[in-house]
Amino acid sequence: MLKRLLTSREALLVGAIVLLLALIASRFPAFITPANLANVFNDTSPLILLAIGQMIVILTKCIDLSVAANLALTGMVVSMVNVAAPDLPILVILAIAVGLGTLLGMINGVLVWKLAIPPIVVTLGTMTIFRGIIFVISDGKWVNSHEMSAAFKAFPRTVLLGLPVLGWIAILAVILFTIVMTRTTLGRAFYAAGGNPHAATYAGINVGKTQFWAFTISGALAGLTGYLWVSRFAVSYVDIAGGFELDVVAACVIGGVSIMGGIGTVAGALLGALFLGIIKNALPVVDISPFWQMAISGGAIIIAVALNAQANRKKGRIILKRAEQVS
Amino acid sequence: MKRRTFTKLTAGLSLAASLFGTTAMAQDNMRIALVVKALGIGFFEAAAEGAEEAAKELGGVEIIYTGPTDTTAEGQIEVINSLIAQGVDAIAVSANDTDALVPTLKKAMQRGITVISWDSGVAEEGRQMHLNPSSNALIGNMIIKLAADHLPDGGDVAVLSATTTSTNQNIWIEEMTKVMGNYPGINVVGTVYGDDLADKSYREATGLMQSYPDLDAIIAPTSVGIVAAAQAVVDAGKVGQVNVTGLGLPSEMAGAIENGASQSFAIWNPIDLGYSAAMIAHALASGAATAEPGAEISIGRVGTITLDESTSAAMADPFVYDASNIEQFKSIF
Repeated sequence: MLKRLLTSREALLVGAIVLLLALIASRFPAFITPANLANVFNDTSPLILLAIGQMIVILTKCIDLSVAANLALTGMVVSMVNVAAPDLPILVILAIAVGLGTLLGMINGVLVWKLAIPPIVVTLGTMTIFRGIIFVISDGKWVNSHEMSAAFKAFPRTVLLGLPVLGWIAILAVILFTIVMTRTTLGRAFYAAGGNPHAATYAGINVGKTQFWAFTISGALAGLTGYLWVSRFAVSYVDIAGGFELDVVAACVIGGVSIMGGIGTVAGALLGALFLGIIKNALPVVDISPFWQMAISGGAIIIAVALNAQANRKKGRIILKRAEQVS
Repeated sequence: MKRRTFTKLTAGLSLAASLFGTTAMAQDNMRIALVVKALGIGFFEAAAEGAEEAAKELGGVEIIYTGPTDTTAEGQIEVINSLIAQGVDAIAVSANDTDALVPTLKKAMQRGITVISWDSGVAEEGRQMHLNPSSNALIGNMIIKLAADHLPDGGDVAVLSATTTSTNQNIWIEEMTKVMGNYPGINVVGTVYGDDLADKSYREATGLMQSYPDLDAIIAPTSVGIVAAAQAVVDAGKVGQVNVTGLGLPSEMAGAIENGASQSFAIWNPIDLGYSAAMIAHALASGAATAEPGAEISIGRVGTITLDESTSAAMADPFVYDASNIEQFKSIF
């Protein structure tokens, strides 16, 4: 039991994160003060939220490349709604964000489920469509800080018990989805649909429908993050979170989510996102040449994935053992 | 011109001579067409306002503010063709495409129309001169001056750029480094790159404030970076300690000026740009100046420009925006 715990991917990742923090602290001690770590967690929250959604999608043997575009479109819509109706309560804004994100996720889901188009093609397409729609509705213009209402910008920044609301939302999502993935039929269906689709079908699970729900959840989380993102950075334009979908996929892969489906945990996605988030936040302060930063980020991803692949390798079974002994 | 003549004819004025050339129209107003990328854009509306101001100052000048309804080269070609047919005296164009407009503009020049480009240029053979809003050297000097003006006793500043390979930003920073000697006491402690992404720029700005607790200013010569840095300063509670400055747009920076994260920033002034374009077009069309390398042309209240070997010129220092004028400009662009 203890051995299993120590060799689990999550434990390995925790070890890697602690090592990383120690390494950073040796160059910039102020990085590991509790206040700064809270900041880093807060800054990583959008990545955590999206990584949870992405993990569920990847579990079902799919991939969602449209999350960043979904985030940007939802962000633009809620900021435009906020400009048009500054007095709208934040709860309504949140409902719009989650609702629109869910709808966009459902579009992906239906295309994958009913038309059986490969998910990478569907989400590549919707990614471009979503970005295009932002351009159409915004006319290419920015929504700026002074146009947003104070309440709109204040919500994710409000500090509760030392951590901003943005961070608390990530924590709530981690708890909620840990329960969903381990304690509900839907959660188990995600694992079954990706782990062995044929067996899942025989067990009475509708694989296509399960994938649809995975995309829907990913969309809902992307929509929620859309509002949090534009309000945190107090700006909204066509290109926000450009290329962020790749960070999200990287976080999942680092977190031990198998790209072949069926393997992965919420804790893994959380740790993968934290690992990337710590690197992103540390690079500016450890005084490394910016020309090296991208190479270092990429190197960390490759190392993490290589370790995962090593751990994931199935032990070969020895057949013809007797023949071996004879020769 | 034909149409105008026709109107006069129908009005009963028999001016047959005017049908045969422009000479008879000499005492008429000089007509300068200001062709913009597209109608309905605040920046260009402001430029037109500047051109009108120049026209009033010069007297006897009529400004025709026109352009396509969307930013296409095809639309601009149509507009320019109709201006040629109307026989305007000068065309000042901010082009949607460097090369596509050249044949049409050549045709205009063959008909004796003065053609200049401003803001966004056309290839050399398609215009007599090009007016840049500013020059790399002027911008490089301005960004450090903006920071230094608020640090009379000197201080530490850092640069937040776009990507490591952004040509414009790299040239501006290089030009800035060249003039650092003129700003004693100002110390550039580092240059970081936000890749023109809001989240990365924000993180880099936060990192700068952590690495250099005594930082006095962040210079961001990029519109995404300056907005993100201002937000990072607000969130870090360092308004008043760290001044964010650089190049940005008034509409995007209004919030940062309001909350004090930024004392001032710079970008071209569209009003001055339209004013100068009209002044130059008038000088060339009236023969007061010729467009050749080394020529000096006076542009009224903005100063004087000197044409370089590619017959382009830089108008002036970038214009400084602060609490005193942000209200006026934030709705323009």
